[in-house]
Amino acid sequence: MSSDRLLEIDNLTVQYRGDVRTTTAVDHVSFGISPGEIFGLAGESGCGKSTIANTILRLLKYPAEVASGTIRFDGRDVLALNGEELRQFRWREVAMVFQSAMNSLNPVITIGEQMRDIFTAHLDLTRRAADARCAELLELVQIDRNRLKAFPHQLSGGMRQRVVIAMAVALRPRMLILDEPTTALDVVVQQEIMAEIKALQAELGFSVLFITHDMSLMVELSHQMAVMYAGRIVEQGPAATLHRQPAHAYTRALMNAFPPITGPRVPLRGLGEGVRLTRVGDLQPVGHNHWSAAVSHEDRERLTPHAAGSEGGPR
Amino acid sequence: MSTPITTALSPIKPTRLSGRSRSGLLHGLMTNRKAMLGAALLVFFILLALLAPVLFPGNPSRITALASQEPSAQYWLGTTAKGQDVLALTAHGARISLFVGLIAGLVSTIIGILVGLASAYFGRVIDESLSVVTNIFLLIPGLPLLVILAAFLPPGVGTVIFVLIITGWAGSARVLRSQALSIRSKDFVAASQVTGDRAGWIMLREILPNMASNVMGTLLGCIIGAIGAQAGLEFLGLGDTATVSWGTNLYWAGNEGALLTGSWWVFLPSGLCIALVAFALSLFNYAVDEVTNPRLRTVKKRPATAPLSRMEDAQ
Amino acid sequence: MRFILRRIGFYLIAFWVSITLNFLLPRFMPGDPISRMLSRSQDKMTAEQVLQLQRLFGLDNRPLLQQYTSYVADVLTGNMGVSISRFPTPVSEVIASQIGWTLLLGATSLLLAALIGNLLGIVAAWRRGSLVDSALPPLLIFIGSFPYFWLAMGALYVFGIMLGWFPLRHAYDSELDPGFTWAFISNVGYHLVLPALTIVLVSIGGWMLGMRNTMIATNSEDYITMAEAKGLKPRRIMLRYAARNAMLPSVTSFGMGIGFVVGGALLTETVFAYPGVGYQLLTSVQGLDYPLMQGLFLIITSAVLLANLLVDIVYVRLDPRVRTN
Repeated sequence: MSSDRLLEIDNLTVQYRGDVRTTTAVDHVSFGISPGEIFGLAGESGCGKSTIANTILRLLKYPAEVASGTIRFDGRDVLALNGEELRQFRWREVAMVFQSAMNSLNPVITIGEQMRDIFTAHLDLTRRAADARCAELLELVQIDRNRLKAFPHQLSGGMRQRVVIAMAVALRPRMLILDEPTTALDVVVQQEIMAEIKALQAELGFSVLFITHDMSLMVELSHQMAVMYAGRIVEQGPAATLHRQPAHAYTRALMNAFPPITGPRVPLRGLGEGVRLTRVGDLQPVGHNHWSAAVSHEDRERLTPHAAGSEGGPR
Repeated sequence: MSTPITTALSPIKPTRLSGRSRSGLLHGLMTNRKAMLGAALLVFFILLALLAPVLFPGNPSRITALASQEPSAQYWLGTTAKGQDVLALTAHGARISLFVGLIAGLVSTIIGILVGLASAYFGRVIDESLSVVTNIFLLIPGLPLLVILAAFLPPGVGTVIFVLIITGWAGSARVLRSQALSIRSKDFVAASQVTGDRAGWIMLREILPNMASNVMGTLLGCIIGAIGAQAGLEFLGLGDTATVSWGTNLYWAGNEGALLTGSWWVFLPSGLCIALVAFALSLFNYAVDEVTNPRLRTVKKRPATAPLSRMEDAQ
Repeated sequence: MRFILRRIGFYLIAFWVSITLNFLLPRFMPGDPISRMLSRSQDKMTAEQVLQLQRLFGLDNRPLLQQYTSYVADVLTGNMGVSISRFPTPVSEVIASQIGWTLLLGATSLLLAALIGNLLGIVAAWRRGSLVDSALPPLLIFIGSFPYFWLAMGALYVFGIMLGWFPLRHAYDSELDPGFTWAFISNVGYHLVLPALTIVLVSIGGWMLGMRNTMIATNSEDYITMAEAKGLKPRRIMLRYAARNAMLPSVTSFGMGIGFVVGGALLTETVFAYPGVGYQLLTSVQGLDYPLMQGLFLIITSAVLLANLLVDIVYVRLDPRVRTN
């Protein structure tokens, strides 16, 4: 593991402790993100992607807890931060864009006040100076500065998401986590938002941890990619490689689940009806900078009859 | 090597509560200290009410001793200003007080269920009109309405029950309506409608069972309210002053100036009984809330080594 | 604005229902209540009193609709008849002379209980598992289970009779002249302590628990998570993000709570002989003064409706989402 990585996650395990049983949401996951890199994390709902994001910012709540592993950001142990250190780490070093902007904005105070909060909490600016910065931020995402006086419910979905993105880059963090940033939006707005993010990333140079289940979006944007299944990483490598030559059966199924609009009609291939992987092995190298998890014997048998093509999606 | 996957990865589909989760409620209650304490108190008072004629035979209002005697070995709770045995009065008082409270609370809840379900299921005009009626009865202050009703109707236990129901049904109707509404919007209700089930069937067999914990909560609340309102009514002299109940005991205590003569033993027991019964029901209600809403449960203290805790972060 | 107008319309309907209830109830009374009252007062009632009672019970021989319209007209012009027990003072005068005290007691208790209760609830929700969160709620629930008048009796006995710290009855010492002097006001306050304390103690549990539960629900909202992620100071999150939102359901239940506090205040007044409308209600029941009883019901209900309207106006100020509808 090279020391020039900005974010280094090593053997992370996160569990949810219930009264009756304990669920492992993130299972011995390791990966790293370099400065300026866009790293995509893909997988279906419930595979643990958001849990990782929340763990990086230490937002996990009871009954979730980190069972083992480390997270290092620029060499610092994130899991050991507490109190004031943690408060300053958040948003200045790493910021996050949440999935639904409507839900992540306080409905009873104005956009302007919520933006100002960032500056007053971290930079101790006067109100006027903070307001000036807020206006600049809004211009950065092409929103008229008068909207600072608006309440969240008065903005359209796309505008809200852009506001949230503006808030995220307010302190020029070195890494941005995007947790399904466009899932709640329609396709047209989605394209605008993604273009916005791309432009900001080019201009400000932050790394991105991009979480989504939309493979086409991810492949287009990311440099590196990892695919998760049930808390484990099943494949990791450059986005283009995973797209063209997926090594793991699950990755293949995921890629195939998005039918191309053009071209000849082909039956959709997925994992097959009701097929689940039971054992996800450790990552093995299968190419330059490309790893894939070992598939156990039983899983291989389960997958084989379906690999020759059948109806149905990944379920 | 990774551990076998312990999470279920099926997509979220609309579920209905199975018999298993209802017994989960029972199990949760049986292990909850508050629930057990509340239940124990209730059982004690119910037994007291049932056994009163056996433990204290004869008419409890008969004059049996010297007036205003302090508690002694012969009369454990002393005597009233008229010379009646306070302990016998208190024990017998349990019968009417609990009976009226239970009946009034039960009928109030049933009316609330009917109104709430009908409102939620039929919607539109029926909902609007029922809601207006419900809100009016919620708005008009309870005690003045009770007084007015009781003053014009013939005195007696029946009247007390009747007026309690009139002032008590609206609270449960409102709560149950909103709960029924949220269940009504779920898919399995729509599925029932599409298969042609009758409205009554759907309301009783699909919606109602899923509201079980809310119904229990409102039932307890209604009984508590009925017991308290009954006491207030009787204290003002509007109950049936000829019957023996905790409220009328307190009425006579006030009338005979027990306070000013320093006869605290006359007004303490009946009021304490009311308080304990109401408290027991509230405890049980509190426990039901905790068991059905995990977020409200008492947070167990975490060991100091756990790195994740909102409380620590918040310092 | 439309929201407020709709609420006003609703309150008008509720008011109309109260008037109609007042009108209909006496007509349901079985037997002949007037002769009962006559025998009680030992034929000391004047012809006017008897006529008034006849009209009240619908026993004068006018058609029902005419009775109804004249009753409504009377009420709307403030004529609620003449009090039987304080003949010949009109009911409206009797009530007006003492309603101020009830307002003082009720408003003071309500505000204190709501303020302290909500603050405790916020603290309890923020520091889950602390003493405030685990020990205080059951204790306050226990005290909240006491009937108002019983706790009043207990407080009167312990603090008034046994310890002698506070006065036993009335709103002020009768030797003092009413006026805006410090002596008078402090005396009023002195008399206010026990009754207000009773009401506050019994009702505070409900406020605390309500706010605590709402805060807990609010704390799991996404915008709180985002506020934490933004690295805002904890106090700012607790007050401006969490409590500010949790307040909304609290304000709504404040409106409903007014009705309950009114009941509690009425009962407490009877124990302390506090000269408010609650005490009047008791004496009117004992004296079978029906016109006064009905008048009290209407006035108290109207006051509650008005208070609810004020609460609605405050709510609109607090929740921007309602405004634009």
